[in-house]
Amino acid sequence: MSTRAETDFALPKRARLHFGDLALRGITGAAALTVLIVLIWIAYKVTQQAWDAISTFGLGFLTSSQWNAVTNQFGARDLIWGTAVTSFFALLFAVPISIAIGLFLSELAPRRLRGPVGALVELLAAIPSVVLGLWGILVMGPFLEQHVEPFLNDHFGWIPLFSGTPSNVGLLPACLVLTIMIVPIVSSICRELFDSVPSDLKAGSLALGSTRWEMMRSVAIPQVSGGIVAAVILGLARAMGEAIAVSQTIGGTARTGWSLFGSADTLASRIANQYQGAATALQTSSIAYLATILLVLSLAANLTAALIVRRIRRRMGATR
Amino acid sequence: MSAEANPLAVVTKRSRRRKRVGILMEALATAAAILAIVVLAIVVISVARKGLPAINADFFTKNPAPVFQTGGGIKNAIVGTLIMTGMATLISVPVGVLIAIFNTEFAPPPVAEGIRIALNVLAGVPTIVIGIFIFGVLVVGHGQSAIAASLGLSIVMVPLIARATEEVLLLVPSTLREGGMALGATRARTVITVILPTAVGGIVTATIVAVARGAGETAPLLFTSSIFANSVVTDVHQAMASIPLTIFVDSESPSVADQQTAWAAALVLMAGVLIMGIIGRALSLRTRRQIERAR
Repeated sequence: MSTRAETDFALPKRARLHFGDLALRGITGAAALTVLIVLIWIAYKVTQQAWDAISTFGLGFLTSSQWNAVTNQFGARDLIWGTAVTSFFALLFAVPISIAIGLFLSELAPRRLRGPVGALVELLAAIPSVVLGLWGILVMGPFLEQHVEPFLNDHFGWIPLFSGTPSNVGLLPACLVLTIMIVPIVSSICRELFDSVPSDLKAGSLALGSTRWEMMRSVAIPQVSGGIVAAVILGLARAMGEAIAVSQTIGGTARTGWSLFGSADTLASRIANQYQGAATALQTSSIAYLATILLVLSLAANLTAALIVRRIRRRMGATR
Repeated sequence: MSAEANPLAVVTKRSRRRKRVGILMEALATAAAILAIVVLAIVVISVARKGLPAINADFFTKNPAPVFQTGGGIKNAIVGTLIMTGMATLISVPVGVLIAIFNTEFAPPPVAEGIRIALNVLAGVPTIVIGIFIFGVLVVGHGQSAIAASLGLSIVMVPLIARATEEVLLLVPSTLREGGMALGATRARTVITVILPTAVGGIVTATIVAVARGAGETAPLLFTSSIFANSVVTDVHQAMASIPLTIFVDSESPSVADQQTAWAAALVLMAGVLIMGIIGRALSLRTRRQIERAR
């Protein structure tokens, strides 16, 4: 960016109009334009496929719990609930862990360990979601069913979250698989954020007698709190949009209820489950309606995160 | 604090508590990092342990056995994944690199910023929605095909390649650009003969990372290449089997033999993806060091 500005003024006018330059500028510009076109095309095409369902059910789709190909009635209420619950609990688990990992890699770990440990955490993100889902349904699910859920049920069964019969598929395994998927993403952003805190601020706090934890709590974390919020929103977008691993582990019965042990379904996993074909045209359109909701949610989340990051950059640029 | 002979020796109740809280929090942060690594190890080890017994020569060289028969392999899925990921790579590497060149060399800063946001938003579109998009554009009326699936995968891969390439291009020292210009080369020539060769290591890394991601994607294939023959297909106008979809379908099967296939396929996929991930990381460290030395 800055390098461009430095060389720009030195060019005589004739050099700018050189054919090769124009051609390369045109080709690369066209590639960049494709990104915008594809984004708009995605929004258009997904909405267009959903149009039948949108005009039939309207916004009532969001509050109806029906999903019945025989009566041709479809609604997304239970799926929105499933998406909300899985994303909420995944973030609840993942955010503290991610901030802790970020602090560890940026402030606590011995220098020699930072590279390898950071790389291993990021490698977790490289495991394909379908492999994580396979592990979730065949290894983690049964483990939760036999050991964790009975324990929670015995001791905390009076809390609605831990009521119900233990099962190898359901909300809890889905939340945990999502947690595993989000942690590497959020923690690597957190690490970069903590690395970006000026070291004189950290040193100043320590020189005033803070312990390392007090320095992190009162200097490092507040300094980058905006960035952490952006990271959490990106994690949320990821959790909402994950279809494969969730559909493998969640059970697939649309339901609203507080028990984490029971089966449920999310917007994304319902779409994935219907891949073998729909019975009616309206069902196909309703699946696209689900995709439209998901698209709106993810666009909102990503744009919010981008705006936050931009505001932070501006502020940092102003103070420096 | 009370005035004692040696102020450093003062240990009040409060300071002891502060120290203890500090130690506890540092221990928790360390535990979080260990937990992440332990989870990685558990997943990798259980996939390896469950997948290894089913891996033999037949697994790679035979097609799936017909229903109710045992044996067979996933040759068609391996070939399908190689072809579809390969086509997606051929599409997304040029597009991604061109976008990065536009952003670093030609676009005015506000335009570059806009493109960058668009790339982030595209990377944030759920992959299952991309599947629905491709379904609407290419599958409705034409049927499923490997081409459709590859285009879906390339929408996932382009933002990854573009962003990573742009980062490397920005690392290329401006003295190299100015040197090229000073010698009278046009900007296009400078890009092609000076900047791209300097950044080629970074582009290779970006490609490896994107291929690793694309090879493991399931969601864009669900609606575009999921109804396929039990044999090797090389016609790109037809749907092809793939490793991720094999895992997805077999993981939900009650049959132990199917689950066994899923584990073995997962082991093949995971090994490939993790090895690519490690190579990509090692290369990116090397490229960075090389470019920094060139400064």
